[in-house]
Amino acid sequence: MPIQCSSCAKNRAVLRRPKTGHSLCKHCFFWAFEEEIHQTIVSARLFNRGETVGIGASGGKDSTVLAYVLKVLNERYDYGLKLLLLSVDEGITGYRNDSLETVRRNQQQYDLPLTIVSYEELYGWTMDAIVKQVGLRNNCTFCGVFRRQALDRGAMMLNVDKICTGHNADDVAETVIMNVLRGDIARLHRCTVISTASDGEGAIPRCKPLKYAYEKEIVLYAYFKKLDYFSTECVYSPNAYRGHARTFIKDLEAVRPSAIMDIIHSGENLSVKEGVKMPVQGTCSRCGYISSQSLCKSCVLLEGLNRGLPKLGIGKHHRLHDKILAQQALTEKEQNKLKAIEF
Amino acid sequence: MCQVDEEYASSLEQKSLPAVSKKCMKCKEGTAVLIIRVGDAFCRGCFKEYFIHKFRAMLGKNRVIFPGEKVLLAVSGGLTSSCMLAQVQEGLSRDAPKKLRFMPGIIYIDEGGVCGQNAEKREKAVAQLECIFKKTGFPYHIVPLEQVFTLPESVLEPVGRREQPSSSASYKAAVDQHIRSEVTRGQGEPAVEESQDALGRLHLQASAYKPEHKLALEELFSSLKTLTAKQDMLHTLRQHLILHTARINGYSKVMTGDSCTRLAIKLLTNVSLGRGAALAADTAFSDSRYGDVVMVRPMRDYSSKEIGFYNRLFEVQSVFIPGLDTKTADKASIQRLTESFVVKLQADFPSTVSTVYRTGEKLNTACPPQSSRTEAAAKCLLCLCALDTRAEDATAFNATLMSEQLSRCTLEEKGQSDAGCCRGQNQACGDDGCCSTSRVPVAPDLKSLLCYSCRLTVKDMTALDSLPPYITSEAEKRQRRAAMKTEIGEFLLEDEGADEE
Repeated sequence: MPIQCSSCAKNRAVLRRPKTGHSLCKHCFFWAFEEEIHQTIVSARLFNRGETVGIGASGGKDSTVLAYVLKVLNERYDYGLKLLLLSVDEGITGYRNDSLETVRRNQQQYDLPLTIVSYEELYGWTMDAIVKQVGLRNNCTFCGVFRRQALDRGAMMLNVDKICTGHNADDVAETVIMNVLRGDIARLHRCTVISTASDGEGAIPRCKPLKYAYEKEIVLYAYFKKLDYFSTECVYSPNAYRGHARTFIKDLEAVRPSAIMDIIHSGENLSVKEGVKMPVQGTCSRCGYISSQSLCKSCVLLEGLNRGLPKLGIGKHHRLHDKILAQQALTEKEQNKLKAIEF
Repeated sequence: MCQVDEEYASSLEQKSLPAVSKKCMKCKEGTAVLIIRVGDAFCRGCFKEYFIHKFRAMLGKNRVIFPGEKVLLAVSGGLTSSCMLAQVQEGLSRDAPKKLRFMPGIIYIDEGGVCGQNAEKREKAVAQLECIFKKTGFPYHIVPLEQVFTLPESVLEPVGRREQPSSSASYKAAVDQHIRSEVTRGQGEPAVEESQDALGRLHLQASAYKPEHKLALEELFSSLKTLTAKQDMLHTLRQHLILHTARINGYSKVMTGDSCTRLAIKLLTNVSLGRGAALAADTAFSDSRYGDVVMVRPMRDYSSKEIGFYNRLFEVQSVFIPGLDTKTADKASIQRLTESFVVKLQADFPSTVSTVYRTGEKLNTACPPQSSRTEAAAKCLLCLCALDTRAEDATAFNATLMSEQLSRCTLEEKGQSDAGCCRGQNQACGDDGCCSTSRVPVAPDLKSLLCYSCRLTVKDMTALDSLPPYITSEAEKRQRRAAMKTEIGEFLLEDEGADEE
């Protein structure tokens, strides 16, 4: 016997919501999914009328669904937003050039203007070239740091008021667990915040409208809406440690589906003891980007690449920052420590 | 026995650490018998000294246990709590250089009734533990879990924090005064008298459980659908029993045997269970949520490995008693899954446990533990933590309520539900203004009295009426009071903080 939709009680249910366990028909699921994102946007006051919003688009499922839903909601509820797609080309052959094709198709399908910024034009290095020097370990550090800044730089070029990214509930929960495992109290404190402060100098506020959307529901939404997205793992090996956290989250979800939201709830209710040292936000003395050190991570990584010492930005080498700033050479001993280790 | 250990240690050295000398890194004389951390080889004597010092240092550093205070040691028979008992014995022994000055008692909660043990096995376990407890000479209480059905509702009432000087100066004064009074009274004697007195009382305490309570307990646990919820409920009930026993016997501190490893697991488990708001209280050295009785975790600096080695080298007796999650699969419950996750990760990344543990040290509760004056309603009925379920905008809690509502109600209603989504709880007493004490609600709306995480546990329950009576009657009481308050709400003058008591 077919199961009835628990919402409209008329149509036949086609799916069971991973988040709540309710059986819904296609129409009601779309409605609920979109409505929840609308609620998130309204209750967290993510946007103001007349703003230009850049959507970080990778061509993957999260950003594809984000772009689609934002466009739908912008029209349905008349947010009065100007939406743009913003992509970063890391220069990874066999991965990014394919996914950028998807973004280009999205541009036409959703009729949203697209801008692509590339690592090569911003930093003079493609990820392929970086991996050639760094090796397969730690290359995600470069990619992650550079992407964050590339997105900001692209947004600044386009004069965007806000950037939104496709981080979903699973991503946020995973980050909470990761930060507990790493003991990174400052990030643990920040990672569940839906939108970064808008008063920060030099940085464009970012937000995560899909923060409360389960990854599985995003896939279900894309599947039933027949959205065109790209789903291939990056060719450079994924971060092993994060993989453990990811598996853990998936296992938790299997034991108790609400676990993802429960972790986010935990994260939202944490606070740091008084007297615990927290990094102070400043600006990089070289490029002017936000940084807690005298040099931002991206400048240190770049310096390491240009000097042929890729490990300069891996781990903590704050003591060397003065030398980098003064353009001094490093001692032999320091250099040896920072060269790539071949396996 | 020692020989076995020595062989083990040397084979370890041969295999993985050929460079480490076989001498103790501390005294440079004795032969090393174990390696605690990479490169730190200890001989038997130095390890013992190091281990014992750590326990005293933990108590000395925190200064929460005052001389002469009655302290209840919660012993489960497991490695860590047995080791804690041994450390207290060691610290109280006459030849200890810095003698501990509190008066210990022991409590064991017999949970066999929910862990599938028959009466025979339970008696056997209790007999083994009694044998250990008797040797210590401390008074002890053996309480079957079934006794939760006889608890009074006052267990759940928040009690004001006992006035206790907390500055280090007053601690020192208290120590001095204690020493002086001990000298005048003739040393040691009162302690012995007291413990004998308690031993006499003991038999009343260890009374057996009634068969109807056994059935009620079984019914309660079979109504919990998931092992996650069962483990959580067991923890809650155990805390209540310990708390009650401590109160009626005049203990003002309870020591629990949580090792560093256990606390790291507990921390991650609690994050996964949505207990983020209570994380600091659940893992800190001392937890004063119960007001008059403070929970203390003196074993939190030891890893489970250190404890295992100590117990083995110095023949600390422990008893294996199967628990709820014994012999279950890795994915049987959130607690179990987290444990295997942490343990496996620790094997590959040896700093995992200590990093997680240190993360916990830097945390504070976002909604700080309210003062004793805050009303009962502001604390969770089950875990007695401050409620973390304020219906604020843009929170995971609100988003979940939203999702549930959107997948349930009909399309027409959806349009109206935009404004707010958690009014449901308050409506009950808002609509009919005449809730009075005479009208007892049949099934109290338990949810509104619980914190986020305890709600999840109760959600996994099929029959709410199988909860022990002290919980349901306290719930009814709180609800009546809340109803009363709404009734007279317009006449109450809003005054922050000072209006209660």
